[in-house]
Amino acid sequence: MNPEIYTLRINGTSREVRDAWIGESLLYVLRERLGLPGAKGACEQGECGSCTVLMDGDAVCACLVLAASAVGAEIVTVEGLGATADTVTDVQYAMVQAGAVQCGFCTPGLVVAIHHLLDTNPEPSDLEIREALSGNLCRCTGYGRIFDAVSDVAARRREEARR
Amino acid sequence: MSLGTRTRPDTRPGTLGTSALRPDGIAKVQGRFAFSSDLWAEHALWGATLRSPHARARIVRLDVTPAWQIDGVETVITAQDVPGQPTYGLIIADQPVFAAVGGSVLYAGQPIAAVAADHPETCRRALEAIIVEYEVLEPLTDPERAIDPATPPIHPDGNVFRHQRVITGDPDAQGVVSVEGTYEIGMQDQAFLGLEAALALPDPGGTGVELYVATQWLHEDRKQIAACLNLPEDKVRLVLGGVGGAFGAREDISLQVHTCLLALRTGRPVRVHYSREESFYGHVHRHPGTIWMRHHADEQGRLVKIEARFVLDGGAYCSTSPAVLVNAVTHAQGPYRCENAVVDGWVVRTDNPPCGAMRGFGVVQACFAHEMQMEKLADACGLSPVELRLRNAMETGDRLITGQVVRNVAPVAQCIRETDALPLPPPLPRDPDVLQLPGGTGLTARPGNVRRGVGWGVSIKNLMYSEGFDDYATARCTLADGVATVKFATAEVGQGFVMLAQQIARTVLGVDEVILDTIDTQIGSAGSTSASRQTWMSGGAVDAACRAVRDRLLVETARRHGRREADLLVEGTDIVDADGTFRLAVVEASQGLSLSETVEYRHPPTQELDENGQGDCHVAFAFVAHRAVVDVDVDLGLMKVVQIATAQDVGRALNPLSVVGQIEGGVAQGLGLAVMEEIVVTDGRVRNASFTDYLLPTALDAPDVVMTLIEEPDPLAPLGAKGVGEPPCISVTPAIANAVRNALGRDVHRVPMRPQDLCL
Repeated sequence: MNPEIYTLRINGTSREVRDAWIGESLLYVLRERLGLPGAKGACEQGECGSCTVLMDGDAVCACLVLAASAVGAEIVTVEGLGATADTVTDVQYAMVQAGAVQCGFCTPGLVVAIHHLLDTNPEPSDLEIREALSGNLCRCTGYGRIFDAVSDVAARRREEARR
Repeated sequence: MSLGTRTRPDTRPGTLGTSALRPDGIAKVQGRFAFSSDLWAEHALWGATLRSPHARARIVRLDVTPAWQIDGVETVITAQDVPGQPTYGLIIADQPVFAAVGGSVLYAGQPIAAVAADHPETCRRALEAIIVEYEVLEPLTDPERAIDPATPPIHPDGNVFRHQRVITGDPDAQGVVSVEGTYEIGMQDQAFLGLEAALALPDPGGTGVELYVATQWLHEDRKQIAACLNLPEDKVRLVLGGVGGAFGAREDISLQVHTCLLALRTGRPVRVHYSREESFYGHVHRHPGTIWMRHHADEQGRLVKIEARFVLDGGAYCSTSPAVLVNAVTHAQGPYRCENAVVDGWVVRTDNPPCGAMRGFGVVQACFAHEMQMEKLADACGLSPVELRLRNAMETGDRLITGQVVRNVAPVAQCIRETDALPLPPPLPRDPDVLQLPGGTGLTARPGNVRRGVGWGVSIKNLMYSEGFDDYATARCTLADGVATVKFATAEVGQGFVMLAQQIARTVLGVDEVILDTIDTQIGSAGSTSASRQTWMSGGAVDAACRAVRDRLLVETARRHGRREADLLVEGTDIVDADGTFRLAVVEASQGLSLSETVEYRHPPTQELDENGQGDCHVAFAFVAHRAVVDVDVDLGLMKVVQIATAQDVGRALNPLSVVGQIEGGVAQGLGLAVMEEIVVTDGRVRNASFTDYLLPTALDAPDVVMTLIEEPDPLAPLGAKGVGEPPCISVTPAIANAVRNALGRDVHRVPMRPQDLCL
């Protein structure tokens, strides 16, 4: 394969990618070259959202981003949402508490998408929650517990802001 | 209830009946949980599969040498490299590991060769380089033609997987009212998100192999793999790789044999990951079918006779087709009393994609037909859909059309009444947000064209394996120094058995800490995670193993402390005696001990059906009612499911939050079948093998779900609980179709409903 070296900014650190084929997606590079398997591949077409990561603050499907084209962007994966690798964020905690996790394959992508939603729209309506998450497919839960988790986090953040 | 008198009921967090949290939940939300596609090994190769583009063809020539010449390719294997049995299958081993030169491919997507190489892209190029010459043949795609004895068989075993009648009572009985219809069900995909993936590690010298794989049944996989590899079963060790959903699609072999063969051939670890497109070709789907039914009733609307004819398309290979047909024909009556029945069913072989298990397993097809019929019959009798169903609702002690008597708790009428009591949603607002309208952001629906409809569906579902199958589950419980360890081979596919096993152990043993051992083949089989059976079966096994350990602990405690063993019991986390004069923490009582018990749990035996479909073929039943509210734009043929109300017979909610999750998830899958999910197959070829073209319900499609859990513990169930996985997705489909029928004022005959089915 083509010997290439490029550097990606991921979760606040610079990561060198060596000896990669230039056609590799960001999803493949994260999972197979950089030891960050949190983003999942389930459709390779940007339909399911399982590979959602943040790129310069936007939620994107890592399967649709050519890794080599992400040079210079700040990328945040599910592994980088908390202050440390062990931190459980409020969204992650709420997902477990609300029963929003079954098989869990869609979960990391949803967690990133929910963080993105609540960081950009702290008080989403029910319809706004549905619309924001409509790019993240879940086959197990029917979404009900996920909506609950989002509302729980929004309410908790409102309460904390008031204090 | 199995706790008996030796453990007092408990409400500690994490025990049975509480919404205990998943032990794998935190790892899953952090992205640290290892799914089978996340598994990795030093020097691992990638594997990939070459598949036939033709639905029916003879392989004239196969030349793999061009693939070998590509840098990075380590091996290429074909049918001649299969050392053992050349075929596999769950009921009949009729599916080739690879189609051979001179042999036939019977469906588009059938494997022909596999490669292992250093990179997925190298694999792709290697597959492209393989030369296959086909003699393309006319595919057999019409199930009715497959039934016709004049049609030449496309396989030595013939074109009919099974023909089964169910005939009871007076076949000539007539009602004063009769309604009939022919119903069509499309091919649904399980569409789990976690694609097929496996990692095989060869033993040195190729004497054995270890396979990490996402599956529903480790031991059945092992049996089939070992036969194909020509290895003793103990040389094939399976470990459950994290499973990203299953829903029936992981019951059959897909990549297991190929991955092991590639690893044994190269002497290196091999990973195989299917793409979404390959996944559509690589696993079985829900049987599409055509069902004719005629219902006869008396003047009060009581069923007099049911007539039905089922034709299910099993596709190219057998999989579980015969069992799916049995489920369909034996559930033709639905959850209603009826003494006379003439039911005929076929499941046939065609050159369409193979079909097998999917959540609901034959009952989905039967239920769609009988529930569309019940709504028609209600109209014909001048009764409400609720009243007609209540008049016919089955009860414990009623006899099914197979002659089997329902011994379970059977709260059908209660399911209907409780569903009916749930509030209806508010009407569509005068000035709705576009997201509330059928069609959503397409901005196409006009509120003035939207009609609201309400419809019903009620179902009965068998639990566990039927027809004489030796169905069992194994579990081991070990208690040492106050910590319980539970071992089982039960596939955790997302349903939460890992959580339930901990709940059982905490409750029975009075411990807080429960370690779950690796899920692998280093213990006896747990049976399949399917047929809504693991809470009952593996739950029963874990419960029995824990009770056996508890009883030994009580014996030991009595001996050490000079008490009568019969006086001791577990209360909370203590061992106490009946009159309250003795109390010792379980943690202390078990210090220095290591008590271990392994138990095989079996349900009572069942019988095979005779040629008239008579026999006690099922183990147990669960019941559920659904009411759907839909909005339909009758001009454009767009629809939106507004609300699903449901009351489900769960026996006992061992983890209420988890039950809610199963119900909401099942409702979404049943909605998918009603509204949008269909593998479109023309001339034997799948036309929409992607998530762009195969549509799944999104967060915007999910209806509000309101529910009541009907908790009447079933005395026949080891924990009082019935399986809750399948019922939610069964009658919700006809409920939605009936709601559309109600909105349109016109019969609906097919799911999924297409725009042309929804327009006036």
